[in-house]
Amino acid sequence: MQRKAVNFELWGVVIATFILLVVLPGLNAFTPEGSVLHVSNFAINLYGKYLCYGIVAISVDLLWGYTGLLCLGQCLFFALGGYMMGMYLMRMIGDLGQYHQPIPDFLVFLGWSKLPWFWRPFSNFPFAAMMVTLLPGVVALVFGFLAFRSRIRGVYFSILTQALTYAGSLLFFRNDLLMGGNNGFTDFKFLCGFDLRQPATQRGLYICTVLLLLGTYLLCKWLTATKFGKVQRAIRDSENRVLFSGYATAHFKLFVFVLAAIIAGLAGALYVPQVGIINPSEMTPDKSLEAVVWVAVGGRGTLVGPVIGAVAVNAMKSWATRAYPDLWLLFLGMTFILVTLFMPKGIVGLPKQIMALKKKFLSPKAVSSENVEPVPAPEIEKMPEPSNDTAAKT
Amino acid sequence: MTPLQKPEFILLLEKVNKSFEGFKAISDLTFYMDAGELRVIIGPNGAGKSSMLDLITGRTKPDSGKIEFGKDTDLTRLNEPEINQLGIGRKFQTPSVYVDHTVFENVWLALEGSRSVWATLFSRVTPARRERIYEVLKIVALDGKADDKAGSLSHGQKQWLEIGMLLAQNPKLLLVDEPAAGMTDEETHKTGELLLSLEGKHSIVVIEHDMAFVRQIARKVTVLHQGSVLCEGTVDDVQNNERVKEVYLGRKKKN
Repeated sequence: MQRKAVNFELWGVVIATFILLVVLPGLNAFTPEGSVLHVSNFAINLYGKYLCYGIVAISVDLLWGYTGLLCLGQCLFFALGGYMMGMYLMRMIGDLGQYHQPIPDFLVFLGWSKLPWFWRPFSNFPFAAMMVTLLPGVVALVFGFLAFRSRIRGVYFSILTQALTYAGSLLFFRNDLLMGGNNGFTDFKFLCGFDLRQPATQRGLYICTVLLLLGTYLLCKWLTATKFGKVQRAIRDSENRVLFSGYATAHFKLFVFVLAAIIAGLAGALYVPQVGIINPSEMTPDKSLEAVVWVAVGGRGTLVGPVIGAVAVNAMKSWATRAYPDLWLLFLGMTFILVTLFMPKGIVGLPKQIMALKKKFLSPKAVSSENVEPVPAPEIEKMPEPSNDTAAKT
Repeated sequence: MTPLQKPEFILLLEKVNKSFEGFKAISDLTFYMDAGELRVIIGPNGAGKSSMLDLITGRTKPDSGKIEFGKDTDLTRLNEPEINQLGIGRKFQTPSVYVDHTVFENVWLALEGSRSVWATLFSRVTPARRERIYEVLKIVALDGKADDKAGSLSHGQKQWLEIGMLLAQNPKLLLVDEPAAGMTDEETHKTGELLLSLEGKHSIVVIEHDMAFVRQIARKVTVLHQGSVLCEGTVDDVQNNERVKEVYLGRKKKN
């Protein structure tokens, strides 16, 4: 049974990778616009965004589904990664901004004529790329160290992570942080010399996103199969047992927390050039809650589920926010409630659930036909029939 | 209690006190245990039995007093994983196994070896380890269920699995909290035999309520009452002790 399921997952991943990595970008690049097979630039851009969310969802699941740490602030790390990339992109605008100054427009607006010190290294792409992983990682390390050392668990941990991301959003809303305040960063032009307004650049970013998603999946697949992964799930199911078996659970949780933060940060860094904007609203607690819903919808404790959930919920969001803009949050809330009540294993667990239901509906009939009917019936009806049959045959 | 005797003790508690918000859970508790001994601790609810285990295993810290393991290892300065790695294993009152892992994996995680993050990332099940795991599973009669999820085991089997997980670590001292709780008479008896078979190889502290079970396994019984030792002796000594009858047996529904 289990081996079958693994193969199923393997083939699913191979086929999905082929479609996402080869078919879609190929159809975008090599078919003429207006052709039935053509995948529009808009669609590629949209899918790239969904897949970034998918990566975040995996990181949430690594914490929640595998380690039992419900993090309600994962989008803080996503946004921090995005901001680090955003700083680089802002520098690459050069003097093409509204004010035609060599520093970003919002700094000119705030009365700056020179670049603040911490902005300077961000003209360098390798430095920015390093900061994309470093900043979320360090924030997670410090917060996680304090939280796990103090044995903060369960709902208290969840609330604290939510408070952390809220504090982050309040901080980034401030203009004097010199990170763009309310408006954040936007109007990007170039990334490593490539023009971001070119479809080919967006396609390249999309392909990078698919590769990052695949890499994240494979890394987590390996990680969860190691003894480390077993300890992770053991912590989820019985942390005291793990602690009294000699494992310093705080170290394990810290490792997972930092890793998840780095993954989310990388996703954020790819998200920003594709969406073209980053602002503090990405850090508000509701974004992180949405990420939790993606995981719940797709299937907690699996690696494929969160990605499916992220894509499905965001596709629904794209549709609902256009068709019924006011009702979207109601849709989201309803989805979460319904999934929690009726689909505890999410979309991924649905086939098994249906099979179980089938069995349940089929077996009572079998039971009733054996237990209720046969007692009076067979002697009167069935007894003569066989004899007739055998008589006819012979 | 002469200085000469001291190195013989595997566990030593002297004048230990612990209160929780005014409630004195442990008061002036003094307790010695020899290496290789199987000791049963009984006492009415709230006598401080589990609190005592919490103090030994580092879950809580004493307000005052001395807790030492073997030759002068001060347990009050260490945390749970560190104390565990000294060779003290604890079985909880309610069975705590990893329900999502197989029986084999449960024991694998408990097996002796490095507990660092790095080590677990690259740890493999070597043939020697596999053999050792099956050896442990045989002791607790679960070798036929190695590939079953631990969550699918019966209550009694989960209790045994947890004892097996303790054994996999090859601990010097085993602390077993109510191993027979919720077991059938037959399972209880088997558990008793299992613990008796470990006597001598490990030092064992068993906390128990079931007097038939205590009678089966006990050599020496310690009765706790209001956080300190009321009396110590054989089962008969203890059951005939007037004060014990008063505080414990008399109050318990022994018909």
